[in-house]
Amino acid sequence: MADVLTFTDRGIYCAAGDFYIDPWQPVDRALITHGHSDHARSGMGRYLATEGTAPVMRHRLGEITLQTASYGQQIEIGDAQVSFHPAGHVPGSAQIRVAVGGQVWVVSGDYKTVADGMSEPFEPVTCHAFISECTFGLPVFKWTPEDVLTRQINDWWAANAAAGRTSILGAYALGKAQRLLTTVDVSIGPILTHGAIENTNDVLRGQGIPLPDTTRVTPDTTHKTHPGALVLATPSALGTSWTRRFGPSSTAFASGWMALRGVRRRRAADRGFIVSDHADWDGLNSAIKATGADKLFVTHGYTSSFRRWLTDQGYDAHVVSTDYQGEGFDKDDEGEG
Amino acid sequence: MKDFATLVTRVDESTKTSVKTAALVDYFQTASDADKLWTIALFTGRRPKRTTTATRLREWAAEVAGLPDWLFEDSYNVVGDLAETIALVLPPSAGDEDKPLAEWIAYVRHLSTLEDDDRKAGILDAWSRLPQAERFLFTKLLTGGFRIGVSAKLITRALSQATGQPEAELTHKLMGNWTPDTVTWETLIEADDPTADLSRPYPFYLAYQLDSFDDLGSPAEWNAERKWDGIRGQLIVRGGEHYLWSRGEDLMTDRFPELAQLRDYLPDGTVIDGEVLAFSDERPLPFNALQKRIGRKTVPKKLLTEAPVVLMAYDLLEHGGNDIRSKTFTARRNQLSLLIKDIPSEAPMRLSKSVDFTTWNELSAARDQSRDLGAEGLMLKRCDSPYLSGRKRGDWWKWKIDPLTIDAVMIYAQAGHGRRANLFTDYTFAVRDGNELVPFTKAYSGLTDAEFREITAWVRKNTLQRFGPVRQVPPTHVFEIAFEGIQESPRHKSGVALRFPRMLRWRRDKPVDEANTLDDLKEMLATYG
Repeated sequence: MADVLTFTDRGIYCAAGDFYIDPWQPVDRALITHGHSDHARSGMGRYLATEGTAPVMRHRLGEITLQTASYGQQIEIGDAQVSFHPAGHVPGSAQIRVAVGGQVWVVSGDYKTVADGMSEPFEPVTCHAFISECTFGLPVFKWTPEDVLTRQINDWWAANAAAGRTSILGAYALGKAQRLLTTVDVSIGPILTHGAIENTNDVLRGQGIPLPDTTRVTPDTTHKTHPGALVLATPSALGTSWTRRFGPSSTAFASGWMALRGVRRRRAADRGFIVSDHADWDGLNSAIKATGADKLFVTHGYTSSFRRWLTDQGYDAHVVSTDYQGEGFDKDDEGEG
Repeated sequence: MKDFATLVTRVDESTKTSVKTAALVDYFQTASDADKLWTIALFTGRRPKRTTTATRLREWAAEVAGLPDWLFEDSYNVVGDLAETIALVLPPSAGDEDKPLAEWIAYVRHLSTLEDDDRKAGILDAWSRLPQAERFLFTKLLTGGFRIGVSAKLITRALSQATGQPEAELTHKLMGNWTPDTVTWETLIEADDPTADLSRPYPFYLAYQLDSFDDLGSPAEWNAERKWDGIRGQLIVRGGEHYLWSRGEDLMTDRFPELAQLRDYLPDGTVIDGEVLAFSDERPLPFNALQKRIGRKTVPKKLLTEAPVVLMAYDLLEHGGNDIRSKTFTARRNQLSLLIKDIPSEAPMRLSKSVDFTTWNELSAARDQSRDLGAEGLMLKRCDSPYLSGRKRGDWWKWKIDPLTIDAVMIYAQAGHGRRANLFTDYTFAVRDGNELVPFTKAYSGLTDAEFREITAWVRKNTLQRFGPVRQVPPTHVFEIAFEGIQESPRHKSGVALRFPRMLRWRRDKPVDEANTLDDLKEMLATYG
């Protein structure tokens, strides 16, 4: 039986429907798992994505030809039947299920298995073959439980506010920043946002996702106008002159890579919070098991170790090289593989 | 151990010295004397003996975590620290045990006395009872290494704030041969007499590299001598015994037994600062002759004759039992020459001679002779300066000769450890030999963080083959490698070994076919080896 999907130098391709999933080269028809820039790229003839992903794609890519689908909606494309299912990565993110002649393949995109209180929770999809990311595919990555994490961040913010310090927290502009926003204790103080994050906030608020009140940082915003504030900044703004206006401050960085002392120390922030929108080791293994698939393709992450582990577990596992980046652990660095 | 874990977390989390110091001060004001003493011991390299081998710990951790050995190994290569890898892969612990640090250390030492099976049971039991942060620290104690970004200087500063004693005095008190078994908090820190311990050395004074003569004033205010390429050493003769200390506070007395005869010539109450130097026919031997002796606790006869050492003396810190560090350099030096002048030349002691000069130009000419004399440059010391402690600007300068350099091609990369975990920072370099590339050295320092990140990203995308943690990459990038010396070495494929190789710069402008050749390297060996 022919493969439902093949791996080309433009992206993941379905011959039966003549479309690509998250392609990195221009193609006629692209199905998009989520709005991060390494998955939703410009230059495609037509796009198909979930209703929840559409607003951020329009915001980032401008004028595009975009058709939307709801989760679970069955769509015929050529001889392929396609549907989108929640991936739990960011609001609107999806796994894409492709069925051709009784064979079902699923592309995970990026995903996490724990509910973050904002994104539609991950839904296991039964399939014959599963194409999984494995950004954190080593057993050293195990995420802090949500309640403990929330307490750590609130305690840090409250202690800083009491000591007259601004709390500057670095997080990715789409997903991570908003996820943190919905969990922090807004009674501690005002919340300020970097422009890139506030733009995404506007988009998400526009599609009905409730976020607490935030204030966009302008040249006039300082620690004097907003004492004891929590500042959400993009990772690249940390450690630059942009942060100077906030006076005495404590900086923190929120990322799965903060699980490693070496990376934490290199990042040179005062604190590292272990939080990721990708699945940790246990999440990857449980998600894969739940699909019931016996054929696996692993992409971006610790692919060679993870493939070997899966082979040891009896799976027919392969490494696929893609242009996806996962979660970078240094400012101008991309994820493994 | 919770309070100790909190201390380590606070110190580890911050990059600000003020925050680290405050965490230490808090700890020194609240912890028990026994715990404080062990904390100082751990942070100054006085750790309990390693309980078991790293191999056994890996096996046991992989077993408990239900992981194959190779996956534990892959994880270790990403984390870059064994104790941390173990703490991360073990299943979450239900326990929340809180015993004092000193008790845990007693437990670790007790484990050392057990048979392997009982030791394993004891370690697994502790892992199951300790929460993650403490589990990491307990495992660190087992592995022996305890480097977590707290310098002796930071400890001294915090102790000074916590006890109100001057830093210099505490620095001196913390030096020497003590362990938590031989002293108490009271005798080590609270007692007044820092020379109570006969073996205790003085803190070394360290020089900065000279970058210009502009601020030095007149040449007449300075004494110059050769900068010797050996091991800095402090020789102590007190109470009929002698002790030899390295700059890193290692007691090296037994490694250089020939220095014992100096007891016959030096009176009690003498402390000399100098350079331990492999030396024969009134000339220093290349550093790698000394290298053979550095790693060994005791020395076979053959090595004693092949690589005999002397102490090249350059300063006198204690004379007649009196600390004379506050006297001027000239006064100390005169005293030193008087002390040494009657010592016969068969004895392993020399005075590091002054280099005559009246102008900086003359001195510069003298520096050019360094390589011929087996020296690595010059030292400049201000004549009227006291002997300070630590690295201080102003009175002592080193003026090293320019390193030798060669352009080489990067062919393998490996991730670093600690702060460099997960970054490709350790490279193997090759020179050209016809169409072949012959590896000849490794280097892992000299680039900026941004350059390391750029190369890391490149290595990830351009890996040809993996050998465990090592990645083979296509020969693309050329680097200028600087080094201090070159020696013949049958152990290396290229036939040479370099002294202190590092990357001077990334030669983005050079294609691989313009890198140096094996013949160039052999020519350097013939000239400088």
